[in-house]
Amino acid sequence: MDDSSGRLVDADPDPYGTGCREALEVLYRYLDGELDDERRRIIAYHLERCSPCLVAFDFEAELKAVIAHRCRESVPESLRLRVASVLAEASEGFRPPA
Amino acid sequence: MADQATFADQAMEYMGSLYTAALRMTRNPSDAEDVVQETYLKAFRAFGGFEEGTNLKAWLYKILTNTFINSYRSRKRRPEQTELDEVEDLYLYRRLGGLEAVSASRSAEEEVLDHFTDGDVKAAVESLPEQFRMAVLLADVEGFSYKEIADILNVPIGTVMSRLHRGRKALQKALHDVGVRRGLLEPAVDAPA
Repeated sequence: MDDSSGRLVDADPDPYGTGCREALEVLYRYLDGELDDERRRIIAYHLERCSPCLVAFDFEAELKAVIAHRCRESVPESLRLRVASVLAEASEGFRPPA
Repeated sequence: MADQATFADQAMEYMGSLYTAALRMTRNPSDAEDVVQETYLKAFRAFGGFEEGTNLKAWLYKILTNTFINSYRSRKRRPEQTELDEVEDLYLYRRLGGLEAVSASRSAEEEVLDHFTDGDVKAAVESLPEQFRMAVLLADVEGFSYKEIADILNVPIGTVMSRLHRGRKALQKALHDVGVRRGLLEPAVDAPA
C-alpha cells in the first residue's frame, strides 16, 4: 500500500497496528460487506500480511458460500400453479369497474 | 404507489428464494408451500402501498417472515438459547485445526467443506433455533444487509448482529456434528471453557 508515509510499509509489517484479535473480531462484518471503507482497507491490509488470519477469513468465506449454495431449493411446479391461480382469482376483485 | 397489475411481473422471480426460506423455517414442504402462497396473496393485496423503486425482495421477505411467525412457527419454544453461548467463535474452523497451524493456499480445512452434501447443510441450518436460523438465512443465503435484515425482522441492527453471531456459531457446531456422524471429522476434544 503506498500511502504518504510509504517507508512505514517496509519497516512495519502492519503500520495500522491491527492485531489478529481485532481482525477476527470483525471477520463476519468484513465478509458481510458491513465495514466502512476505511475499516475495510485496514483489515485487508492486515490480511495481506498475516497468513493465519487470511486462511481463517478464506475458510469462513468459503463456508458462507457453501451454505448459500447448498441451501437452495427449486420451486415445485405445483406451487407455481397454486400461486398463479390464487393471484388470478384475487385480481378479479381488483379489476376497476368498467 | 405500485400498480397491482404489475405485481406478478415483478414478484414471481423471487419465488425460489422465498420457498427456500419458507422450507428452512417450516422444515416441511407442504407448510412451506402454504407460507409462500399466503405471502404472495398478502403481498398482492398490499402492493398498492408498496413504494415503487424500493426493495421488493426485502418487502416480500418481511411479509413471508410475518406470515411464518403468525401462523406456522412451531408451538414449542425450545430452551436452546443459553446453550448456544457456550459455543466459541469459528467453532468448526478451530476444530479442523485452523488458527494453530500456519498454512498457505487452499487449506485442508476448506477441503472438508467439499464433502458436505446439500442434505448435511440443510439439516445443520434447520437445527438452529428459529430466530438465529432466520438471521443466518437472510444474511448467508439471501445476502441481505444488516440494515435490510433489521427491517425485515423488525428488530434493531444490534439484535441482528447478535443473532447472526450466535447463529453462525451454532451452525458451525451443527456442521461439525454432522461431519463427525458421517465420519469426515474426528470427534471434538473440548478443552474446558
